[in-house]
Amino acid sequence: MKTSFSPYAQTMGFEEQRDADGRLVIAMPYSDGVRGRPGFVHGGALAGLLETVAYATLSEALGEDDRPVIKPVNVTATYMRGAVEMTTYARATIERLGKRIANIEAIAWQDDIEKPVAMAQINVMLDRSRG
Amino acid sequence: MNEFPPEFDPARLIQTMSKNGHNKLIGTRYHAHGQGWCELALPYSETLVTDTASGILASGPIFTLMDMATSLSIWLKTGTFQPQATLDLRIDYLRPARPGNTVIGHGECYHVTKSIAFIRGHAHDGDPEKPIAHVAGTYFFTASA
Repeated sequence: MKTSFSPYAQTMGFEEQRDADGRLVIAMPYSDGVRGRPGFVHGGALAGLLETVAYATLSEALGEDDRPVIKPVNVTATYMRGAVEMTTYARATIERLGKRIANIEAIAWQDDIEKPVAMAQINVMLDRSRG
Repeated sequence: MNEFPPEFDPARLIQTMSKNGHNKLIGTRYHAHGQGWCELALPYSETLVTDTASGILASGPIFTLMDMATSLSIWLKTGTFQPQATLDLRIDYLRPARPGNTVIGHGECYHVTKSIAFIRGHAHDGDPEKPIAHVAGTYFFTASA
C-alpha cells in the first residue's frame, strides 16, 4: 500500500521506503530545511518524522476498509544522539491497536539502526464518529 | 559562560535563527519574551497541513514551535548562552488549531540545575485561555558533562 503523504510531509521531503521485511520506513534526507543548530537535524523535524511514520504505519494496519480519523493525543520524544548531516530513517511499531486508542512506538536512526538518534511514544485516538 | 551583553535582544536572535534551517521552513517568528519565558508565532501555511480537506495544521510544526520556544526560554532564564540539547519533550494535543489561525507558542524554563533545564509551555491559536497544546520536557547542557 502506497502511503499518501500530507502537504507537511511533502514540505519536509519525506520519502517512503520498505525494509527487507516489507515494513514501512520513512526517510528524511538531510537538507537546510531540517537543520537545527549547525551540523545537526532539528529535534522538531525528528519529532515530525517519528509522528509521520507512526500515523502512516497505523493507517496501513487499519487497512483500506477501516478509515477512522486519527487524532494525535500526545507524543513523548526522547533524544539519544545528535542527528548529523545525513539521511534519517524512521519506523514504527504498534504496541496496541484498540477500538478507540492506539499506542505506537517509533524510532529514528541514521547509519545504524542499533544506534537510534531519537524515539517517541505516541498515543492516538481513533474517531469513527464520522464513519 | 558568556554573559548576555547589555544590548542583548532576543527578538533579533530569533529573527536570525528564523532566516535559515528548519525554523525558516516552518516559518516561526518572534512574538514576545520576558524573564525565563519566550513566545514565538507560527503563521498558518497550507504547506504545513496534515490533510488538505480539513486544512488542519500537522502536529510536527507545533512540536517544532514548542521545542524552539522552550529552548530559548532557558537562555532567558539563565542569562547565559550554554550549548544545550533536548533530552525529552512531551506534547499533549488538546485540540487542533483552527485552520487559518496563527499559533502562538509560550515556552517557560522553571528550573535549572548544573546539567539540566526543566521546561514547560503551551500553545494557543488566538485565545491564551483556550490552549491547543501543552508541553513538558528537559534539556541538558552539553558542555556540563
